Amino acid sequence: MVSAVFHSPLEASAPHAPTPVLTPKGSPTAVPMTVPRERRPAANEPVTGAPRTYNWLWRRVLPPVCGFALLVLIWELVALNSTTGFPTPLAVWHQATIVFSDPFYDKGPNDQGVGWNVLSSLKRVALGFGLAAAVGIPAGFAIGRFDFLARMFNPLISLLRPVSPLAWLPIGLLVFKGANPAAIWTIFICSIWPMIINTAVGVQRVPSDYMNVARVLDLSEWKIITRILFPAVLPYMLTGVRLAVGTAWLVIVAAEMLTGGVGIGFWVWDEWNNLNVANIIIAIFIIGIVGLALEYALIKIATTFTFEEVKS
Amino acid sequence: MSDAQDRKFIDISDVEQTFKTPKGSFQALRDINLTIAKGEFVALIGHSGCGKSTLLNLIAGLATPTRGALLCANKEIKGPGPERAVVFQNHSLLPWLTCYENIHLGVERVFGSTETRAQLKDRTDQALALVGLTPATQKRPGEISGGMKQRVGIARALAMEPKVLLMDEPFGALDALTRARLQDELLAIVQKTHSTVVMVTHDVDEAVLLSDKIVMMTNGPAATIGEVLSVRLERPRNRVQLAEDRHYVQYRKAVIDFLYTRQAHVEKAA
Repeated sequence: MVSAVFHSPLEASAPHAPTPVLTPKGSPTAVPMTVPRERRPAANEPVTGAPRTYNWLWRRVLPPVCGFALLVLIWELVALNSTTGFPTPLAVWHQATIVFSDPFYDKGPNDQGVGWNVLSSLKRVALGFGLAAAVGIPAGFAIGRFDFLARMFNPLISLLRPVSPLAWLPIGLLVFKGANPAAIWTIFICSIWPMIINTAVGVQRVPSDYMNVARVLDLSEWKIITRILFPAVLPYMLTGVRLAVGTAWLVIVAAEMLTGGVGIGFWVWDEWNNLNVANIIIAIFIIGIVGLALEYALIKIATTFTFEEVKS
Repeated sequence: MSDAQDRKFIDISDVEQTFKTPKGSFQALRDINLTIAKGEFVALIGHSGCGKSTLLNLIAGLATPTRGALLCANKEIKGPGPERAVVFQNHSLLPWLTCYENIHLGVERVFGSTETRAQLKDRTDQALALVGLTPATQKRPGEISGGMKQRVGIARALAMEPKVLLMDEPFGALDALTRARLQDELLAIVQKTHSTVVMVTHDVDEAVLLSDKIVMMTNGPAATIGEVLSVRLERPRNRVQLAEDRHYVQYRKAVIDFLYTRQAHVEKAA
């Protein structure tokens, strides 16, 4: 079920999780901080302070740096052995400094800076995603609250949800007779499912205690929704929103490749036609970073609105 | 209100509760007959699984009996309502609302149509003061201790001025010292408000100390009322003085005798 994704990303993102990370050599620096303190109870702050920063560096900074180094190494090896002109990391870096020196130039509809491309992709995502949220979240509430609606829509959702987003694109082109609305439609249709499903599951999982409180206090349906259902469902809903944003950002690149216009997906395709592989790699990094930023922002929002007692 | 009605404020007759389970039907309660007078404090006591919470839920209207009838002030209990406020075992405060807002939610529902905002605020503040939680007004349930949460739960129930206060093991999750303090507070509050209270408990001392009547239930399944013990101890009651009181000890003995001799726990026998 979709809701299974609820906890893990949040927990994984918690930066202070006391994970017992072992250093590659299993060196004694990986032992919990309290141990050296207990051994030397008289030690003052500067003494304990030094191993702490060292430890922190060792545990938090070194592993990701190693990961990126590995990526660059493999990349370098592939590029060196390539006969098709695959650019080396250094070449891409040089190209990136050129691309980012002027990200917002505008030389007609087919030649715009990468900044404009990213922004117009984000605009499409925001529109399609916003519409999906406006429809999907209330729909999820209704489906979660009323059994009849759940039975009515569950087969439809199960049928339509696994459909590849791009299969919807021709329908959008047919109905809306334009590339831009068709791309927005595709975003809409594929980001609506996680929001409907997570919201509905959230509503169904509202602790029965809270609903009993509502029954004993004899609250009106409006009060039940605003004071009990909405706050209780919010964490589930935000998980749905987060999944939906991820999907939307995945889909927009593909959709734009097919529809053209201005956008990061179109930019990738355009650079492929120009055989400018370095720019494609830059685009891949941009897409990754923007996706990460969207995800991170939503995780932040989700953790702010999650109450401890809702989780348990 | 007539005397007869006051004596039969809550009237439970021939109630039976059967649950449908995948393995067939399960009879939880049978032949329950009980009357509770206005202003009476009744404790339901019995081993786990004897259906005492089920009986409380029936009075609350959170469940409907398979057979029989439950009346409250001569009206059939058809569903839950604020005139029969429930203090839940796990307090059930809404974690996203402050203590004040949690109580205000009920107050607003009951008195919102007839009173001004200032009056509603007064009622909420008074309820908080009654349980001694004025300093925690703006705190959320996550920021206060278990005992304080339970007190907010009691305040929420009392603030609605219910005809009956129903409590499902309200102090079960608390440590012994906190429990004793809250019992004393509850005694004082009930003394002041003359509420009718039905309380589910498995604590013999709690039952004897607080109640006018102890309803002892037989072991489930198909549990029923085994015995009803009237506790005629002077009020206000003081736990320290009562500890050596001859009558108190006798009542205590009677309950223990019922629970551990005549209704020895089934699980232990098995």
